[in-house]
Amino acid sequence: MSFVHEIDYGTPKSKSEKTVTLTVDGKQVTAPEGTSIMRAAMEAGIEIPKLCATDMLEAFGSCRLCLVEIEGRNGTPASCTTPVAPGIVVHTKTERIELIRKGVMELYASDYSLASLDRSTKESKYAALLDIAEAVGLKEVRYGFDGARHPNAGIDASNPYFVYDPAKCIVCSRCVRACEEVQGTFALTISGRGFDSIVSAGMNEPFLESECVSCGACVQACPTGSLIEKSVLAAQTTEKPADRSLVTTCAYCGVGCSFKAEMRGDEVVRMVPYKDGKANRGHSCVKGRFAWGYANHKERILKPMVRETISEPWREVSWEEAITRVASEFKRIQKTYGRESIGGITSSRCTDEETFLVQKLVRAGFGVNNVDTCARVCHSPTGYGLANTFGTSAGTQDFDSVEHADVVILIGANPTDAHPVFASRLKRRLRQGAKLIVIDPRAIDLVRTPHVEAAYHLPLLPGTNVAMLTALAHVIVTEGLVNEQFVRERCEWDAFKHWAEFAADRKNSPEAVAKITGVPAEHIRQAARLYATGGNGAIYYGLGVTEHSQGSTAVIAIANLAMATGNIGRPGVGVNPLRGQNNVQGSCDMGSFPHELSGYRHISTDSVRHMFEIDWGVELDKEPGLRIPNMLDAAVDGTFKGIYIQGEDILQSDPDTKHVAAGLAAMECVVVQDLFLNETANYAHVFLPGSTFLEKNGTFINAERRIQLVRKVMEPKNGYEDWQITCMISNAMGYPMHYSHPSEIMDEIARLTPTFAGVSFKLLEEVGSVQWPCNERAPLGTPVMHIGQFVRGKGRFLITEYVATDERTGPRFPLLLTTGRILSQYNVGAQTRRTQNTIWHEEDRLEIHPHDAEERGVRDGDWVKLASRSGETTLRARITERVAPGVVYTTFHHPNTQANVVTTDFSDWATNCPEYKVTAVQVSPSNGPSQWQEEYESLTRRSRRIVPAGAAE
Amino acid sequence: MSSSNLISHSTTTDNKLVYMANQIGTFFKSQDMDTASARIAEHIVKFWDPRMRRAIVAYLDAGGAGLDPAARQAVESLRPRL
Repeated sequence: MSFVHEIDYGTPKSKSEKTVTLTVDGKQVTAPEGTSIMRAAMEAGIEIPKLCATDMLEAFGSCRLCLVEIEGRNGTPASCTTPVAPGIVVHTKTERIELIRKGVMELYASDYSLASLDRSTKESKYAALLDIAEAVGLKEVRYGFDGARHPNAGIDASNPYFVYDPAKCIVCSRCVRACEEVQGTFALTISGRGFDSIVSAGMNEPFLESECVSCGACVQACPTGSLIEKSVLAAQTTEKPADRSLVTTCAYCGVGCSFKAEMRGDEVVRMVPYKDGKANRGHSCVKGRFAWGYANHKERILKPMVRETISEPWREVSWEEAITRVASEFKRIQKTYGRESIGGITSSRCTDEETFLVQKLVRAGFGVNNVDTCARVCHSPTGYGLANTFGTSAGTQDFDSVEHADVVILIGANPTDAHPVFASRLKRRLRQGAKLIVIDPRAIDLVRTPHVEAAYHLPLLPGTNVAMLTALAHVIVTEGLVNEQFVRERCEWDAFKHWAEFAADRKNSPEAVAKITGVPAEHIRQAARLYATGGNGAIYYGLGVTEHSQGSTAVIAIANLAMATGNIGRPGVGVNPLRGQNNVQGSCDMGSFPHELSGYRHISTDSVRHMFEIDWGVELDKEPGLRIPNMLDAAVDGTFKGIYIQGEDILQSDPDTKHVAAGLAAMECVVVQDLFLNETANYAHVFLPGSTFLEKNGTFINAERRIQLVRKVMEPKNGYEDWQITCMISNAMGYPMHYSHPSEIMDEIARLTPTFAGVSFKLLEEVGSVQWPCNERAPLGTPVMHIGQFVRGKGRFLITEYVATDERTGPRFPLLLTTGRILSQYNVGAQTRRTQNTIWHEEDRLEIHPHDAEERGVRDGDWVKLASRSGETTLRARITERVAPGVVYTTFHHPNTQANVVTTDFSDWATNCPEYKVTAVQVSPSNGPSQWQEEYESLTRRSRRIVPAGAAE
Repeated sequence: MSSSNLISHSTTTDNKLVYMANQIGTFFKSQDMDTASARIAEHIVKFWDPRMRRAIVAYLDAGGAGLDPAARQAVESLRPRL
């Protein structure tokens, strides 16, 4: 069994292009200027012992283990803090050096919780410090092991995933520095002085009660095992806790972190962020790092199940019976109600290959284009907006680009909760001096957090993004801040002039817009000036932009701003949608939308469709199919009767729950393929157990368009990878699909999709990852798009007239509800609620301003009724000034909260993306759950009854 | 049964389609009044499945109450493209 070995070079890579040549232990070594001697030596294969140094952190120079001698210089400098210099001659292993190192190590060992240097005892077997002691040749500790030690307040096991054992701490500060430099939370410090120094979380609190966000950076940084994963401690019963490791891609958010999965047999011992991962650069968050336990959760369904009606209990059946049922039902429905009466939903949680196969099954196997994906309810406006302005439906940069940004506009996104690893990279850049403008109804953490303070926070009223963005444009146009050279060279000039005239209209001035957004005009003006004149300007945005009636218009407004200021087509700038699901970019790229085939090509384009028809050997429908909300409408109307849903929980995640429920209830065959009996499965007739990302091969595409391998680290507990299940359905439907490995599916994607023409598993194995477009013109992919020219040729400005949503407040519903996420939970919570992450977020709470709470007699923690025109639910209140008066906020991670019972069926004009972010509501004190919640809970209980195979009826 | 016989849209769905067509209209009218109805029609052909298009045309045939003039003109032009 093999391990993925990563080399620790001790200090970060220097970015200098100038090189320096020196001699280390007689060997000529060349390294970029600014490189430490430690790193230059390691790059040449000469390892200098170290404790406080690691290449994830800046050099610190405290452990005194890495000392070297330099000819002609006095003393023994630390190699981590001493940069290379031309012609110097360095010795790393002289007698003098080795003696000093041994002496230093001897002191560390005497303070470490050991009784001897003997490696054979249980306690010493895994003592990481002894590995280094051995490396420096330490044989004995003359001071013994009984002397005074630094303070030990006992093991802190408060965090569910790791422990801190002060007895093993050598106060090297790696954890403290990791928390500061890598994560940017500043939760840890060294308290006390001299011999009393000790690592302290928060104000000498247990880790769990401190500001710690459980990202794991400190655990990863610890060289002595003082901070260590509980799962590793549990595995320290055999010779080696892990027997192999593989690099794979996290299946939580759209950042797409690379991890080394350390395995023992078919069990994950731990997930360690992979330094060569180009999205995360060795960092992680609490979800990817620790919250993978759901794969083994007792509620996971491993056997296929069927039932005649949704009021019956589930019956476990063989795969053959379940697949036969799906095929015969779909065929019967098509025969009875017409070809167009069935469809499918691809999963943004599954791989590209799986998504591609589901849309292929629907288009080629079912003969319809009724296929959609969860991007419908998140970033479909990004697709529309960017395609119509720039010419392609994706973000323009890689994440590394943020390292070159000078001004960042963050609108409708909350990265510290929803895209934590990107947030850490952003915070690092902000600490270096970049400026931040936050446009958000709520004071998100980044408005003010340790060592980061936004230059401007524009707390606009929910639903007024387009007015705000156009007001920013007004300032740029009327104050002469347009980058005219860029616009003349790169954009359609006439369209620009038309747009500039519109933007300059007084109705779009900050003064006029202040009344709409509630943000003072002067703040809008100053923010616009900063973005236009502050150097590289980058815009990052999230679902707070897209999930509105004018979601697509807001995306267009963002693109207009970037074009007008010339902030496109180089590192440090751009328009960057922060995408939600791990593979929502991929599912869109793979042709999951009803109107387009892979690579965003419309189904009615004959040349494109013919290419697929030849490859797939079947005629395709040239008309667009139904989108998810349209499918549900058609179901209620009786024209849509059967659906295959792979890995999506529309009942919990889609708006207007009652309408979703009515649509599902009206169908004759609902097939749900998932890990758990999710909420949608309450209305399903066939349940096909799915596989986790640990159990399959394939690729995910993150928010940077980065295609990364997902590697199977264990056999699927349910028996099949998800793509294999889709193949079985297709074969049973009479449209044969035969693939022996997902790489063959990627070959088909590459063959049929010009932007993926150069992609193959072989290439990804060789280079780690590529960003599409990846083809002859860009064999190793495209980190930054629209360099030199836009994908559509010239960039196109479009008018962005603000139209207030019809969802308005009034006497009955005077407050505006907006929704979002929290760090420890993920989306509908299907995974994270089945891990120990629940310790941080047991329930969804309603955030309400003290003024609004007082007016209603609501105290912190009280149960409140949240009612809208659509429905009502109850949850507990949290009183906070994070939300402005008139605005309330909640998360939607728990099914019993039923936040989407309240949201309405208003949607984006171009894409039908639901308007989750604005709902007029009333809040009043309540005694308990609403009638809907009670009825729903009873339905859930009934629909989770399972009769095992072979049991008597 | 052929799928064209399946038009049984409820008033709710009709209302939704009218609302959507008008919403699309609002955007394209703001771009350019002269081209608005052509671009509304183009958008509908590009993104609406045939049953939705048939339903809105049927709705127009039944009077088309509530359809904004530009949207109405766009729906009118869908007829040959059903």
